[in-house]
Amino acid sequence: MSKILEGLKYSESHEWVSVDGNVATIGVTDFAQSEMGDITYVDMPDVDDEVTAGEEFGALESVKASSDLYSPVSGTVIATNEALEDSPETVNEDAYAAWIIKVEMSDPSELDALMDAAAYEAFIA
Amino acid sequence: MSEPITNAPLQLTCLHDRHVALGAKMSPFAGFDMPIQYTSIIEEHNAVRQRVGMFDVSHMGEIFVEGPEAETFVNYIFTNEIRGFAPGKVLYGMMCQRDGGTVDDLLVYREFEPDHFLLVVNAANIDKDFAWIEKQAKAFQVTVRNESPDWGQIAVQGPLAEKTVVEVLGLKEAAELEFYTYYNTEFAGRRLIVSRTGYTGEDGFELYTSLEGTQALWDKLIVAGVAPCGLGCRDTLRFEAGLPLYGDELSEEISPVMAGLGMFCKLDKAFIGRDALAAQKAEGMPRKLVGLEVHDRAIPRAGYPVELPTGEEIGVVTTGYHSITLDKSIAFALIDSRYAPLGTELLVRIRKKIFPATVTGKRFYKPNYKK
Repeated sequence: MSKILEGLKYSESHEWVSVDGNVATIGVTDFAQSEMGDITYVDMPDVDDEVTAGEEFGALESVKASSDLYSPVSGTVIATNEALEDSPETVNEDAYAAWIIKVEMSDPSELDALMDAAAYEAFIA
Repeated sequence: MSEPITNAPLQLTCLHDRHVALGAKMSPFAGFDMPIQYTSIIEEHNAVRQRVGMFDVSHMGEIFVEGPEAETFVNYIFTNEIRGFAPGKVLYGMMCQRDGGTVDDLLVYREFEPDHFLLVVNAANIDKDFAWIEKQAKAFQVTVRNESPDWGQIAVQGPLAEKTVVEVLGLKEAAELEFYTYYNTEFAGRRLIVSRTGYTGEDGFELYTSLEGTQALWDKLIVAGVAPCGLGCRDTLRFEAGLPLYGDELSEEISPVMAGLGMFCKLDKAFIGRDALAAQKAEGMPRKLVGLEVHDRAIPRAGYPVELPTGEEIGVVTTGYHSITLDKSIAFALIDSRYAPLGTELLVRIRKKIFPATVTGKRFYKPNYKK
């Protein structure tokens, strides 16, 4: 049974978003990490890169395969989780603590298109 | 390991219900529904490198060749030399088309009965190989039987493999086997082949017996605490040890010479494809399989292009991983032979970025075989 946290927003491509003012913190869900298996590398954008809702911003690599990451919102990358460069396995250990990027949103109304915890739970059921 | 899309129902090995009960992640491979991992590829990989693990390899094919001309025939379809090769020995090599393209890579077992051979072939190629062998066999006094559905197979691999098969399965003579030899015994009233072979770069055994016997062996090993290991780590283990996978490093388009496996092709005897392979060796190949080390954690996957600084594409990755044992990103790549010398600096395109890579040998991990 995959862990789902209340209070987060979820995308159909299995990213989670935590919103604080105009800043969206983005990671992948527990369901996504368990589907992928051991994560060995997180390919992240650079700070100041622009990301677009629904478009690829990086990738997760497991032993077996690579899986693209899609940004749930548009905006500018203001931080990346550099700890993941040395410890990508923390995504497996706690997917909701292992955030990947923080984005200054250009259009917060894009959040309305995302799922809440209950809707995401139904989506992966 | 791209899977051809077909509508044929997946086949199940005799251990399929055990894999499902253990909660394995299952996936189609070579037409079979196979376990990819039970816990984690990294844990299973390390179990085999450090202790012992076991694999269900019942999907592999067993083709028996016998008759007065069996030795001549097998030597004619097999790239390696089987004359002078004693009963109880196992030999690795390929079957090739006339143009040198690889039909399959396989193990040949010389049976203890005269004029009897067992050919162990890749699961994905069983039907193709059997048809091809039968076609070549018409001119020889031999019979060829595909017994693949009647045999199960378990590979027990790792530094504790010998202790495991001796103590858990009571196979005392296994301790006396040299690498690439086998003996026959009985288990559950049927023949059991105990072969000191494997596909992991570690010492180990491959145990071939009836479907019911395979289930009983598996259950004994599980009770003894031997880690079940999936095809996920089978691939990472064989890759680190520099062993090719048919479909990735060998194919009807990739000859053994191109793949750097010329040592298994004895050009001083007659066999199908010999002339083409001799010409390839003499003239040099336009493309060659090499090892690559990428100087980053990014992972070169099969199909990613290998480039020069000018952007010119000179080859393609065939298998790549972040090596679990060596903690670095490594790959096999089929590239323009002009850039194949060891130490050549190249680039690999991984998604949108390019990463520097160095040509290396293909044996990334030194195997620990029984001498």
